[in-house]
Amino acid sequence: MKLHRRDVVKKLLEKRGDLLVIAGLGSTSWDITAAGDSDLSFPTWGAMGQAAMMGLGLALAQPKRRVLVITGDGEMLMGLGALATIGVQQPSNLTVVVIDNERYGETGMQTTHTAAGVNLAGVAKACGFKNSKVVTKNVPLRDIVHKTAGPNFLQIKVVAEKLPLVLPPQDGVLLKDRFRRALLGKAADSG
Amino acid sequence: MQPWAGEVHRELARAGVRIVGYVPDAGHKRLIELCLADKSMRAVVLTTEEEGIGLAAGAWLGGARSVLLMQSSGVGNTVNVLGLLKTCGFPLVTIVTMRGEAGEFNSWQVPMGGGTQASFETMGVAVKRASAASEVAPLVAAALKADQATAVLISQKVIGIKSFQDQTNQ
Repeated sequence: MKLHRRDVVKKLLEKRGDLLVIAGLGSTSWDITAAGDSDLSFPTWGAMGQAAMMGLGLALAQPKRRVLVITGDGEMLMGLGALATIGVQQPSNLTVVVIDNERYGETGMQTTHTAAGVNLAGVAKACGFKNSKVVTKNVPLRDIVHKTAGPNFLQIKVVAEKLPLVLPPQDGVLLKDRFRRALLGKAADSG
Repeated sequence: MQPWAGEVHRELARAGVRIVGYVPDAGHKRLIELCLADKSMRAVVLTTEEEGIGLAAGAWLGGARSVLLMQSSGVGNTVNVLGLLKTCGFPLVTIVTMRGEAGEFNSWQVPMGGGTQASFETMGVAVKRASAASEVAPLVAAALKADQATAVLISQKVIGIKSFQDQTNQ
């Protein structure tokens, strides 16, 4: 039974509580929006390769909150060094999920390195992530995101499929300010 | 060496900087050591300068002030991602030690050194230049107050590394 990305992301974000979410550009930003937009989600439209690093910055700034990065295999491949950097810092509240369709979905579905067998979970493990695995079946993942001491890494294999676009706001200032206000309250406005 | 480093560290502490991204650099050696030793700061070693932009953006989303330390050769590694600062209005303070200027001993450093200021300005990052050691800390303090994307460049003559041997001795 092959996994579908929208189902996977919807389940990851079910009853998300006060979870803080960063999404990599392209399909994963559309996926988290399809699951239900939130002020505590920061979907990106650019800065390819930086989703995991943004997750690290957020996790270090907010050590008492759980942080989830949801990104694609192409986006993760562009910033593989981030896995080494996270491995050094060991943020226990950070989980990085790669929705791996083995394709560059926004540019014509060309294959990525993972289609040739590059094992991102293996890289994360070698970099010192506490828990790292390839997921190919429908298994419960909520505890890993919300409870398990990390850093955690899940490479979730999904069907390569073109889906209807579900777009979040594109205004970057709005996305940043709504996130900070929801997280920090009035303090967000005083820098 | 690097007498300005202590003053800059004090300004970072005064402004409440909690996260310091850095790529190891001889010119920043003392400042990096001070930040690593400061329990109120988390010094994050990066594999490439580009990671520092993502780190700073994430930190700001979480309400933490940060700074990014790098050498001019790394500025080119950040260019596309600098667009994030402009698009979203993220503040950034980065302190950049210059190479490729007067006294450079490695010709391979010259092209990026010459393109550093233009690269930042092309991407909308304001550039302030410290031409003397006494100018560094005040420029950093002003950049931290501005809450915009600002790069403070430290001229190579301030760094004063003139040979591979000097660099090794840092």
